[in-house]
Amino acid sequence: MDVAGITPTLRAKDYKSDVAPVWCPGCGHFAVLSAVTKALAHLKLAKERVAMISGIGCSSRLPAYVDAYGFHGIHGRALPIASGLKAARPDLTVIVAGGDGDGFSIGGNHFLHACRRNMDLTYIVMDNEVYGMTKGQASPTTQPDWAKSKLTPHGTGMRPFLPTAIALAAGASFIARGFAGDPNGLTKLLVEAIEHPGFAFLQVLSPCQTFRPEQKEWKHLVHPSDMAPTDDPVEAARFIQADDGMALGLLYVRRLPVWQPQNQATATTADLEREFAL
Amino acid sequence: MTERSTLAGGATLAITGSGGSGAVTAGLILLAAVGRAGYYGLLGRSAGPQIRGGESAAMLRFGTQPIECMGDCFDLLVGLDWENVARFADELPLDRNSLILTDAQAEPIPEILLRSGAQVRSLPWKALADAQTEGRVNMVALGMVGAMLGLPLDALEAGARATLGGKSARVLSHSLDCVRSGYAAADASSVPSSASAPAVARWNISGNEAAGLGAVRGGVRFVAAYPITPASEVLEWLAPRLELLGGSLLQAEDELASINMIIGSSFGGVPSLTATSGPGLSLMVEGLGLAVASETPVVVVNVQRGGPSTGIPTKSEQSDLNIALHGLHGDAPHLVLAALGIRDCVDTVEWAVGLAEHLQTVAIVLSDQMLGQSRAIIDPPGDRPFGAGQRPHLQRLIAQEADPDHRRYRPTPDGVSPMALPGLAGGMYTGEGLEHGPGGAPSSRAIDHAEQLEKRLRKLTGFDYGPGWAEIRGEGDHLLLTWGSSAGPVFEAAQRLRDAGIPTRAIALRLLAPLQREALLEAIGSAGSILVVEQNQTAQCFAYLHSQRALPTHARSFARPGPLPLRPAEIMRALTERHERQET
Ligand SMILES: Cc1ncc(C[n+]2csc(CCOP(=O)(O)OP(=O)(O)O)c2C)c(N)n1
Repeated sequence: MDVAGITPTLRAKDYKSDVAPVWCPGCGHFAVLSAVTKALAHLKLAKERVAMISGIGCSSRLPAYVDAYGFHGIHGRALPIASGLKAARPDLTVIVAGGDGDGFSIGGNHFLHACRRNMDLTYIVMDNEVYGMTKGQASPTTQPDWAKSKLTPHGTGMRPFLPTAIALAAGASFIARGFAGDPNGLTKLLVEAIEHPGFAFLQVLSPCQTFRPEQKEWKHLVHPSDMAPTDDPVEAARFIQADDGMALGLLYVRRLPVWQPQNQATATTADLEREFAL
Repeated sequence: MTERSTLAGGATLAITGSGGSGAVTAGLILLAAVGRAGYYGLLGRSAGPQIRGGESAAMLRFGTQPIECMGDCFDLLVGLDWENVARFADELPLDRNSLILTDAQAEPIPEILLRSGAQVRSLPWKALADAQTEGRVNMVALGMVGAMLGLPLDALEAGARATLGGKSARVLSHSLDCVRSGYAAADASSVPSSASAPAVARWNISGNEAAGLGAVRGGVRFVAAYPITPASEVLEWLAPRLELLGGSLLQAEDELASINMIIGSSFGGVPSLTATSGPGLSLMVEGLGLAVASETPVVVVNVQRGGPSTGIPTKSEQSDLNIALHGLHGDAPHLVLAALGIRDCVDTVEWAVGLAEHLQTVAIVLSDQMLGQSRAIIDPPGDRPFGAGQRPHLQRLIAQEADPDHRRYRPTPDGVSPMALPGLAGGMYTGEGLEHGPGGAPSSRAIDHAEQLEKRLRKLTGFDYGPGWAEIRGEGDHLLLTWGSSAGPVFEAAQRLRDAGIPTRAIALRLLAPLQREALLEAIGSAGSILVVEQNQTAQCFAYLHSQRALPTHARSFARPGPLPLRPAEIMRALTERHERQET
């Protein structure tokens, strides 16, 4: 095995697989894929030492499009799959990708616990405030009055889930927001997220052209965060609560203990068996 | 034909008491002591749902042959006190040959126990305990009962030392004083003689510990799990020991996480396992389908308890067979195994790990509360389970070098494709739960679906599992067919029927899926009467065997739900009733 994990000659396109994406034309997820491959190239990561893990949804198709190891799992369970892999193989760079439904609805409990477990993972949530793959239902981040879904014809009537606020409350050590329409900014955030030791949460506003065409407006609404990244959770909470949800950049980063099993074998099974002898 | 234990030089006793009376501690010491005296033994326990301070009973049977079930009836009932014993009465069958031991100062023995006609003897436990510093009734009673059973004092003392090892030196020395005082005061006139010390060192192990040991022997080095009764002890045993072996255990946020975590770790190349019980298995079912589809080896030890829903968490049943066999959606071939006894938990789990790894699939191992939470004195298990030693050791087929043509799910003659592990350059692929082509890319084409379905089925059905699929004992025209932990009472029933001149064979299935149908039909042969025995309400195994066309039409079912343990006598009655009816 190549332990150094450094392959100097690869360019971003070398990290693309030859599987054709199923995404609709204009989908924000294309830009995320491109930022992922650029970040991997920038970090000079050997392809075989990277594992891309996902659940189910349009966004979760991403691992197949990256030429690295990958696992396309089941809806909502990307974080546990990634956590098990990282616990067993701390030598790998493990990146998790999915949607807002996958991560915050069916996978909500795993999100909370991945934040507090603080394993060295990068979690990219492509947030389009809609369920893309099942054709346009409300997601946890959908505004309460969005009435275009056949399942919620009067809107959800519920306050949307605030991913950054919840990540902070649950103990995440790196919280950032990027935008699919800002590929350079997104690539930079991804590089920082991957380099961050611990659980890095990156919310990516990734417009859905098909079910939320009004999200084309996002390019006019996003703006750089006017707060320098803080390591103070109180300051970060105040900022996140006042934020319009469109501020881009690194919002919070803090060095916290990273969960990692560190076990050297000091016994054999035969040693263990002795405890049963009469 | 007798309905009592026929074990020479052994006995069956129950020790009951309210929470804190030390009934279970006394039972654990007695088990350790009979082991040291050269006997085999089995210690079951029963508890109510209280976390602390409820009622509890320890049930011990010992003898000169390996003990595989609790028998029919207790020779001795040691009542440390009689509070709440009514809740247990139906688990404590007594008859006119039984003896109830009680403290002379205790409250009267409940009528429900006296109705059995058992003899009663009142003994001065409390008085003896009061004469000791920090005297404890359970220890005095233990000493006295040990003497009455003919156990040497030093075996009892060694048992106490081993069991109370975690206590302070003061507690231990006071306890030993009590044991000695009870021993000295015993009227030990009718003692059976003690067995002689065994040639091979025996083990004192619980079923849950045995399952944990089987896992690590099979190579498991990562476990993720969520606590649940009665599976938690598997995890408690594993957590510190996996670390010693260089592995780890991760407590997950729920069972959805734990099954998916072990899929992730196994994808990374580390043999992985989780342990759970009914409700947890229900939550894992979707993840199991993912492991089947993505051909990621994982093992689930399901320690069954009474169901459905949260059912009876502290008591045993064999009613998760249906979900283990049929719970997964789609056509999802996987392995289902069941341990046949405490010692067999080591072998069956070790075998399951090897099979899951070798066949890159899911193995569900069914244990149950009775196996998991009982302890036994056993002969140590052998080197490799079920003749697997003659074959290459069961392990995962790992792609060793970069192969430009590496296609993860490429069909091979035996259906098993080499698996590239992350880190191998040139082996990159995406593990996939969606149907996929041979390279792993998602596909909804009929041809890919047919090819992958066929591959995943063929690798399981075409494999030669060797002789481990069942344990077969005895000869005869009458056949008792069973699975899992019911094997213990079934083997004893068959033995006693043979002793009574009714030639009876017993077959206990260890590998339930894929069912070894040809081998089973051959083993059944032309048996005249066939009774399928299991501990559940709806005859789940019986129905399954019929659905697989693996049973002659004249086979009958004896299925009874838990939590009362199956007794050899009721199995014998069920078989012979039928037998007599056939003859008239
Ligand atoms: C257990 C389960 N429930 C429901 C589904 C159906 N399903 C597939 S994708 C999806 C939602 C995807 O939305 P999101 O995660 O926001 O990702 P997007 O498609 O918008 O990128 C759902 C509900 C499923 N696959 N599994």
